[in-house]
Amino acid sequence: MVKVDGSGTKGLIQVRDLDKTYRRGGEEIDVLQGLNLDVEAGEFVAFMGPSGSGKSTLLNLLGGLDVPTRGSITVAGDEITHMSSGRLTQWRARHVGFIFQMYNLIPVLTAFQNVELPLLLTKLSKAERHAHVAAALGIVGLSDRMHHFPRQLSGGQEQRVTIARAVVSDPTFLLCDEPTGDLDRKSADDVMALIEELVGKYHKTVLMVTHDPLVAARANSILHLDKGVLVEGRPAPHMSSAGGIA
Amino acid sequence: MPAVLKLVLSIVLKLLAGLALTAVAILALLIILAVVVGLPLGLLAPFLGSVPISYNFRSIRARWTSTIVAILGIAGTVGVFVAMLSLAHGFKATLVASGSPDNALIMRAGSPSEMMGGITLDSIKVIQDAPGIARGPAGPLVTQEVVGVVPVPLISTGTDANVQIRGVSPNVLEIRRFVKIEQGRMFNAGVSELLVGKNASKTYSGLTVGNKIDMAGGHWEVVGIFDAGGSSFDSEIWCDSHVLNDILKRPNNVFQSATVHLASRDSFKTLKDALTSDPRLNVDVTREVDYYAKQSTQMTTLITVLGGLVAAIMAVGAIFAALNTMYSAISERGREIGTMRAVGFSSWNVILSFLFEALVISLAGGIIGCLAVLPLNGLTTNTMNFQTFSNLAFAFKITFNLLAMGILFALVMGVLGGLLPAIRAAIRPVAAALREL
Amino acid sequence: MKFARIIFANLLRKKVRLLLTIGSFAVALFLFAFLSVVNDAFQRGSDVAGADRLVIINRTSIINTIPLSYRDKILRIPGVKVITHNNWFGAIYKDEKNFFPQFVIDPENQRQVFTELLVSDDQWNAFLKDRQGAIVGARTAERFGWKVGDRVPLMTTIYGSGTWEFNIDGIYHGKNPLDDETQFWLQWDYFQEHLSDRNKGQVGWYVLRLNSPDDAVGVSKAIDDEFDNSPYETRTETESAFAAGWVKQFGNIKILIISIGSIVFLTLLLVTGNTMAISVRERTPELAVFKAIGYSDRTVLFFVLAESLIIAVIGGALGLLVSIGIVPLIAQKLGGLLPALILSPSTLVLGLILAVFVGIISGVFPGLNAMHMRVVNALRRV
Repeated sequence: MVKVDGSGTKGLIQVRDLDKTYRRGGEEIDVLQGLNLDVEAGEFVAFMGPSGSGKSTLLNLLGGLDVPTRGSITVAGDEITHMSSGRLTQWRARHVGFIFQMYNLIPVLTAFQNVELPLLLTKLSKAERHAHVAAALGIVGLSDRMHHFPRQLSGGQEQRVTIARAVVSDPTFLLCDEPTGDLDRKSADDVMALIEELVGKYHKTVLMVTHDPLVAARANSILHLDKGVLVEGRPAPHMSSAGGIA
Repeated sequence: MPAVLKLVLSIVLKLLAGLALTAVAILALLIILAVVVGLPLGLLAPFLGSVPISYNFRSIRARWTSTIVAILGIAGTVGVFVAMLSLAHGFKATLVASGSPDNALIMRAGSPSEMMGGITLDSIKVIQDAPGIARGPAGPLVTQEVVGVVPVPLISTGTDANVQIRGVSPNVLEIRRFVKIEQGRMFNAGVSELLVGKNASKTYSGLTVGNKIDMAGGHWEVVGIFDAGGSSFDSEIWCDSHVLNDILKRPNNVFQSATVHLASRDSFKTLKDALTSDPRLNVDVTREVDYYAKQSTQMTTLITVLGGLVAAIMAVGAIFAALNTMYSAISERGREIGTMRAVGFSSWNVILSFLFEALVISLAGGIIGCLAVLPLNGLTTNTMNFQTFSNLAFAFKITFNLLAMGILFALVMGVLGGLLPAIRAAIRPVAAALREL
Repeated sequence: MKFARIIFANLLRKKVRLLLTIGSFAVALFLFAFLSVVNDAFQRGSDVAGADRLVIINRTSIINTIPLSYRDKILRIPGVKVITHNNWFGAIYKDEKNFFPQFVIDPENQRQVFTELLVSDDQWNAFLKDRQGAIVGARTAERFGWKVGDRVPLMTTIYGSGTWEFNIDGIYHGKNPLDDETQFWLQWDYFQEHLSDRNKGQVGWYVLRLNSPDDAVGVSKAIDDEFDNSPYETRTETESAFAAGWVKQFGNIKILIISIGSIVFLTLLLVTGNTMAISVRERTPELAVFKAIGYSDRTVLFFVLAESLIIAVIGGALGLLVSIGIVPLIAQKLGGLLPALILSPSTLVLGLILAVFVGIISGVFPGLNAMHMRVVNALRRV
């Protein structure tokens, strides 16, 4: 269940009255104004909106990469807006899996070593870590490419490795920022199919930002960022989504 | 180990050594080639290449921290290089400049230096009658000299230095015509008065005109300061030879050397033949300038070798630094380079452009390095010359030649630092360069 | 250590740059070792000089002699344990370039005064019986390939002209690594035979051993007072003071060396710091991903510092190792021009410390930048 009016009660993720203001070149820009969101476990939500609408800002806030000007964000019972930076870092390691549009993989590490990165922060033994990594790479179907370097992988394969890394430590939810942004149609499809499987088969919670309506259509809910808050359904005509067919 | 195995091993080692030497030789050749070709190309790049130099200057400005680092690195190396060479040059100049080609030095045969020699008064009398010696109103222009070292405190540390003291004949200034009295007057014969060299006066305590000092067990008054044109004599103290023999408790009729003023520069041979063939004498005859030049060989070699080693090591380090900086600069500009080439500038132009940039940077570094050490010019320091056992004051001597060498050195470092990265940048496939984000 | 793979993978990212930076450290540390060695060579005399030994020279001039007859008078001064005398022989072996110090010694007391210069009793006894005998220091013997039993000609320059021949009866070694092993010792008696009467019975200088180092000042004064106003006035000081004074005559070697060394290290610091900064700048987005995944700011700082330190230690160690190999070669080439060039362990330790220091400083600023970098800024879409 996904709500944007602040009326949800049993969400995994609960956002109330979220404000975020930037100062840019002497001006103050209110990107998010009183935003509310409730997301239950197992949901797959897509956020859409024109560039500059604050989609990435919202994602950064939900992932603990940024702090809001006002408001609260609660994930699995933890209120993260007032956590210290150190605690937030630890929280992220435990609860969030990130999939960015690019720069995800460390070029000097193999696919295997990249996926292992989140596990190095845990107390698991080497054998345990390797088991988890193998499993994750199995899920994304790249077991045969474990020891390749990112430059030896195609764009789509790189994103799948990223997904493996995002799920390897079994985080509470996944945040994707334009995961298919740089990919061709076929690779994009493969990646989306994988994400759908994570939601459908492995019951992961996924929040995704995208500008591509075809990609957004794969999610269970689509929310639009309009005037600093989330709205369900299509936005007002003067703010049409970028290109494509809905 | 069986003999056969030893033999095989020694052959293998010799082969390896030979290979290593060949590799080094090839490397050296490549480096020389790179410099000989790269330097003029780089300097002429603005005329040969079509990439506008404004691009280079703008790039330099955009990455000014890295540029400053490279410039300072090269400046430091060039500075040390020029400083060490000018130290050696100053030392050598002092000794090499000593003496006059119109004078000849006569010592006991086989003496490596004056201090080891011994010539009796009788021999002096024979020498005075020899052909080829100039004559003054009072007779042949010969100065028979006693040479020793006496302890005098250094102004800089307060501890004693072994200063060369030279007992001369009263007519010494007629023989050593390059010596001029700059302050005070010549000493009076038979009196314990001192005439001190200008460097000696600046380096050792108490050697000022009018000052009375106790030295070597005698009481002396300093009556004059002389200027010997920057030669080793400037570090000496002169006095009457009889007085010195007395004070040093040496036999009165024995001297260490005799210096004569030649009738003409060419009469050297006449004099030498006459003296060496005379059965009453056992002497060597050398031109004064040659003798002093020889006295400097050990020390000059030492300073040159040490200084050269230091400079060579620093040069390698500086080249590493330059290479590092240029590689980093080029890696940061990978996309720019790709764009340039995609737009149509050939690899050749890219190379020229970067070579030029490297040379501009290294030239700036070289100039700064040279400017930084210029204040050292004329700075006097002193050291002990092993060969004569005496302290020698000398000055850093920076000449245009040395500065030019410093600049050239900087440019060579620039070429070597810029050529490889430039070539690498130029041959990298354009697509790869453009893909870099 | 789990993060080792990450750190090393990052180091090997650009191999050429890695090699060049390591090379820079190696060169700088090699130069440091070389400069230290030269500095040590000049300072050496004053360090090993015995604290309980005094040197007595002629006050008028160091090249003037002192009578042998003074010896008994000196021995009577309280505090003097044993005394020996030396003369500078200063001859040439084949070529002036083959310089090494030659001393006429007093065999009876030489070993009691110079207790750190060791000769086997057999060789010493053979020497005592051989008027034309000579004892050579190990270094000089090695330099010319001399062995016990060889006959060596020396061409004198000070004592008339002519060649004197000596039989090598023994080779001495220094007890400590820094002791002088270049000297050539010959017999007083043989020396005296060849001098004119006028020159007999004169020594170049005395060296004596005190009962206790505390007596140094008192005994020095007593000796100089004893011979004050005599035809041969003396100047007595401790061996270390004498050596130190000698070193000071070489001018500002120390200052020169420290200046050069400082310039070198500053330059190294600049260059390495810049390289680290560039390397970190290039990786900003990757470091941001680390932070996003949950690596703390301090861990990221640690990554950068670790890299910097590894380069510093490897490069520094390499440079120092090379110096261990090359310094002896240079020492050979310079032959007699400089006293022994020896690399002391303290130089190596100091060098490593300096390398680490430079490594830390050059890594700390880029590291702090990486630490404070905000993920959201770094990952802003291009």
